[in-house]
Amino acid sequence: MNMLSSYLYLSAILFLIGVMGVLTRRNALIIFMSIELMLNAVNLAFVAFARFLHSMDGQIFVFFVMTVAAAEVAVGLAIIISVYRRRETVNVDEINLMKW
Amino acid sequence: MLEKILFYTFGCGAVLTALGMITRRNAVYSAVYLVGCFCCVAGLYVLLNAQFLAAVQVIVYAGAIMVLFIFVIMLLRSDSPAEGTETISFQRIFGFVFSLILLFQIGFIMKAVVLTAPAAEYTTEKIASIGNTELVGQLLFTKYLYPFEVVSILLLAAIIGAVVLAKKKI
Repeated sequence: MNMLSSYLYLSAILFLIGVMGVLTRRNALIIFMSIELMLNAVNLAFVAFARFLHSMDGQIFVFFVMTVAAAEVAVGLAIIISVYRRRETVNVDEINLMKW
Repeated sequence: MLEKILFYTFGCGAVLTALGMITRRNAVYSAVYLVGCFCCVAGLYVLLNAQFLAAVQVIVYAGAIMVLFIFVIMLLRSDSPAEGTETISFQRIFGFVFSLILLFQIGFIMKAVVLTAPAAEYTTEKIASIGNTELVGQLLFTKYLYPFEVVSILLLAAIIGAVVLAKKKI
């Protein structure tokens, strides 16, 4: 069980780096990449639990999380492109109006 | 012993590349660092006997998703010089402090809680005898058939949503 907690700590650290990226950066694309990093950290925790509890459910869940992440990236990047077309910027501090 | 060495190698690689990702000014460098991070995580999946997921991680995440990101970065000229100025004062310091607080919370919970659960049927030997990819496929088409179909509808919705959003005129 010792190895499991090292994997969980690694996953927590990766998740926290993602949170730090979201809170400190202003470029919408880098914020988006940090969200991907957080999803990856959670996936790592799922796979670690699946391995050490002798279960396959965690791996199947990771498969679904990856699909949802792919869908999220496609829609999110389309939103960023359409915002850029209107405002000529991807700085989230300047994108502060829902309607203009 | 070898498992530990590989764990620390891939783990340190993942943490360092992730830190590189959030500190680079240029978004293209960030994307390249993130590809490195995903590859390190794929190595950890192999250590955890999830070979199928490791392959999917490299192909879907490090391949498809990051190529999409790099395309968009190059389309948008996103490395704006405005990154240095702060609209919200002390945003960086607050972000750093709050994420450290969150880290301590998670660490405290992991220290306080003893993780126990009844071990399920799929031991490492059993997975090795059936084959990891085969087992994932079997479960997807039996126990998880309904979520699998729902995911296909989700992907269809995402395709249509992306096309509609990125059109010239909404």
